[in-house]
Amino acid sequence: MSLRFALRHARREGRSSLRRIGLYMGAITFGVGALVAINSFRGNIITAIRSESRSLLGADLEIHSRRSFPDAVQAILDSAAAGGVPVSYVTTMPSMARSPKTELSRLVQLRALEGRFPYYGEIGTDPVGAWSRLSAGRVAVVDAAVIAQLDIEVGDIVQFGEVVFTIAGVITSSPGEVSFRSAIGPRVYIPAAYLEETGLIQFGSLVRYQAYLQIEDNQALQAFLNRYNKLFEDNRVGYDTVAEQVDDLTDAFENMTRFLGLVGLTALLLGGVGVASAIHVFINEKLNTVAVLRCLGATQRTVFTAYLLQAAALGFLGAAAGVVLGLAVQTTLPKVLGDFLPLEVSVSVDWLAVGAGLVIGVWVATVFALLPLLSIRDIPPLRALRRELEDTPRRATRSRVMAGGALLASVVAISLWQAPMPAMGWAFAGAIVGTVLLLWLTARLLMRITRRNFPRRARYVVRQGIANLFRPQNQTAAVIIALGFGTFLIATIYLVQRNLLEPFAIDTRAGAPNLFLFDIQEDQRDGVARLLRRNGAPPIRLTPLIPARISTINGRSVEEILSDSAGPFIPRWALRREYRHTYRDTLVGTEELVAGEWWDTTPGTGLPGVSVEEGLAEELHVGLGDRITWDVQGIPVEVEISSIRRVNWARFELNFFFVFEPRALESAPPTIIAFTRIDELQQRIAFQRDLVREFPNVSVADLGLLQQALESIIDKVTMGIRFMALFSIGSGIIVLLGAIATSRFHRIREGVLLKTLGATRRQIGQILFTEYFALGSLAGLTGILLAGIAGWGLVRFLFELNFHFPIAHFAALWLGVVALTTGIGLANGRDVLKKPPLAVIRELAE
Amino acid sequence: MIEAIGLGQTYSSGGRPLAVLKDIDLTIEAGGFVAIVGPSGSGKTTLLGLLAGLDEASSGTVSIDGVNLARLTEDERAKFRARHVGFVFQSFQLIPTLTARENVLVPMELLGDRNPNGAPIEARVVDLLDRVGLGDRLDHYPAQLSGGEQQRVALARAFANRPKILFADEPTGNLDAETGHHIIDLMVELNRDFATTLVLVTHDPELAARANRVVRLSSGKIIEDMRTDGA
Repeated sequence: MSLRFALRHARREGRSSLRRIGLYMGAITFGVGALVAINSFRGNIITAIRSESRSLLGADLEIHSRRSFPDAVQAILDSAAAGGVPVSYVTTMPSMARSPKTELSRLVQLRALEGRFPYYGEIGTDPVGAWSRLSAGRVAVVDAAVIAQLDIEVGDIVQFGEVVFTIAGVITSSPGEVSFRSAIGPRVYIPAAYLEETGLIQFGSLVRYQAYLQIEDNQALQAFLNRYNKLFEDNRVGYDTVAEQVDDLTDAFENMTRFLGLVGLTALLLGGVGVASAIHVFINEKLNTVAVLRCLGATQRTVFTAYLLQAAALGFLGAAAGVVLGLAVQTTLPKVLGDFLPLEVSVSVDWLAVGAGLVIGVWVATVFALLPLLSIRDIPPLRALRRELEDTPRRATRSRVMAGGALLASVVAISLWQAPMPAMGWAFAGAIVGTVLLLWLTARLLMRITRRNFPRRARYVVRQGIANLFRPQNQTAAVIIALGFGTFLIATIYLVQRNLLEPFAIDTRAGAPNLFLFDIQEDQRDGVARLLRRNGAPPIRLTPLIPARISTINGRSVEEILSDSAGPFIPRWALRREYRHTYRDTLVGTEELVAGEWWDTTPGTGLPGVSVEEGLAEELHVGLGDRITWDVQGIPVEVEISSIRRVNWARFELNFFFVFEPRALESAPPTIIAFTRIDELQQRIAFQRDLVREFPNVSVADLGLLQQALESIIDKVTMGIRFMALFSIGSGIIVLLGAIATSRFHRIREGVLLKTLGATRRQIGQILFTEYFALGSLAGLTGILLAGIAGWGLVRFLFELNFHFPIAHFAALWLGVVALTTGIGLANGRDVLKKPPLAVIRELAE
Repeated sequence: MIEAIGLGQTYSSGGRPLAVLKDIDLTIEAGGFVAIVGPSGSGKTTLLGLLAGLDEASSGTVSIDGVNLARLTEDERAKFRARHVGFVFQSFQLIPTLTARENVLVPMELLGDRNPNGAPIEARVVDLLDRVGLGDRLDHYPAQLSGGEQQRVALARAFANRPKILFADEPTGNLDAETGHHIIDLMVELNRDFATTLVLVTHDPELAARANRVVRLSSGKIIEDMRTDGA
């Protein structure tokens, strides 16, 4: 083989190849662009997290608990403070903020602060310096959402329970906090000294207690943790250090960006399919050139190498353009992903990501070109003498099998390299290969079916257009794969997004609840019910909640069960968490009994019964007849499992792991929650106002607002995915354009011939229309059907939700795909339609 | 010297065997000018392809200067062609994406830049294209040249490596009579200057008349082998 000749020939022919199939390499550009952008940005995020690690936590150690710190823990904190360690406390709870000025009220996240937190970094406010005023009197620093929703300004007052606070400023930046969180619960900071006065903390309130410590010396910190680790655990107190925070965040963003990169990778692989189809058509045009080169004495390998080099060089150009695109896109990523970033990320070039993008781009272009290029070796030199020589049938030679293997191995390797975890990489590679394979099979099937059931009686133009689907040099496979894949991607993302939102869709039917009340105390039960009646709410069910922890199962303590390595594995969380139970006489609509019996209403004797949710029963390894002793605020309550329920968690309703027979818990002090509905917006506002005034400790969530907040969060989550999917759509369109452009030659030649023979422009237009209409409809349909299957699988098994298929939306998507294909196809054939035959013939000759 | 013994070629057509050439014995001396003539479908081009080693025969052997082509691998035959054989085709078969100069360079570069007559290859290309009268069209692409000009580039390419044998398949078939004349004159002249053996397939009686031997084929068999004075 003459490598020098191969190189020279590749360089010389490269000029025209670039013009001929350069467009295809644009598909590589999009893919590499997506990967470089996201992977380079990942480098930026991780650098930022490492360099700002301490300000992310605001301290060196954070300790948290669901209950006020037990005495033993408080004693440690006090002695640390006495020993000179700075300690701050933050107490967080949901609460109603009320504006006396506008009479509006809104559920917020109230945070009472004591101490100089944060010790590292700072919380930005407008006006500047507002944060430091938190230690000076009844002031509050709030999220901008609070100001907007209460329709007030900085300097106005906001009321919590009995106490009013002057708003000193609005939070503009707070390291370590993710901004989308405040969509659900906007924050209000107040000095801890006034929390007690508000009277908000009542029995059963959902409160989180945190302490922040500054222990700069790492050894001292480790010593502190080693000493108290056990004590914290025994008291069910958790803690976080800077190192853990950095690890968690790094992992989270590593996973997120890798996942988004995977979405970007689809663009690259789709581009690879484009390259393969371009090379296939390209080689068909090079049959003569190759035959002549072989006549002139070039060996098979020399010719093969010359074209492989061209593919690699074009791949390099495509990838290099992709790097430029990627770096440009990278600068927009802080905006796209900004709501998830806990800190400011400055954009810089990550050379490793750039290098990887280039290598992968060239590799994908080359390895996808390999298989179609191998047919070069089957071109006989005799072809130069005999044009009519039939194509030799392709043989499944060893090199073909090897090329196919290299292709598959590359797809898997690149997927594994990009995926957050190997299982996802395998699944991704499988899904991609499977989808492309199914699309390809669809195309083959389509060609077979149209050939078999050719509409012989149809009008000439229809026959001609349909025949174009299966005649030699057809574009059916390439177009169906490109279009189908693009459609598949859009439709799958849309399906998953819609189905995720479905359970949160608040029922608009009359009677469905739109308000959620919580933290009602036992003695407020009647008052709240009266207030609801006065505002026209239907009679409601007040659900008691009783917090409790497991102390023994069948006489064995939780500690005993956890330390028993011989017994069945029971997850720690299931044993140690604080459950919120309820009791009632009947099952509700989302429940279904699968074993045992429900208790009757006549008070029984013996142990009271409890009903367990079936999934949790499995986790805890308990069944009918097993006995559980609960610690209900210090009082042991023993019950026997009398039934097992299946619960439909997907319904956005109040559900419980355990439901008790009433007599077991009736005497325990509950906190009460309730769903209700008030139709009129004004009345709803009035009710909230009255409720907050009369029962300041009771919180009410407007489910409509909550739904909006959830929608906006899911929207933001999917935004990143949709953004990356744009690259695939870009790739898909290029592949589509390329597929149509490569067949343009044949279509035009044929169109000109038909025109010469007397076909009118209208007829040629109709032929083109028939062909592209058929391609577009079938590709769109296949893509949507495959998306239906993939979406169903994801929704049903990954997210475990009910699956809905929005037919109307997909009909619109389908029409869009058909219009796009037909549009591009007709635009592409406009030369034939407009110009006189002779002009086109000349143009083609050049 | 080219020697074909018992040469036969059978293709399968629609699943049935179709004998295109049957039991051909033919010896062509070095330096000769042989025209192969006959009606369409008589096997002329198949014979030419087999003599040039472009295809493998179903039966019989072809030797060139004592080298049995059937004994060579496909790649060895390619290298043999690069060194010893030139081609001229009816439809010119220039590589459309290369300029005239680059088209002529191809066979030389395939040999790895060895210069049989010592001159740098670039200069030889210019010289060859000058000889065929295209010294001023070096950097034109085939599409920018007329048919006659394209065939002249093809001639320059055919002689690029000073081949021992030149195979020509209907070299004037796609040209008008006058242009055809010029091409034949040029080919005969180059053939003489380079002392090449010329094997040519043609329909054209006038062109055949200039050969010093005419082999007539019909239905895959030699029906006449006539030596003439040539021109």
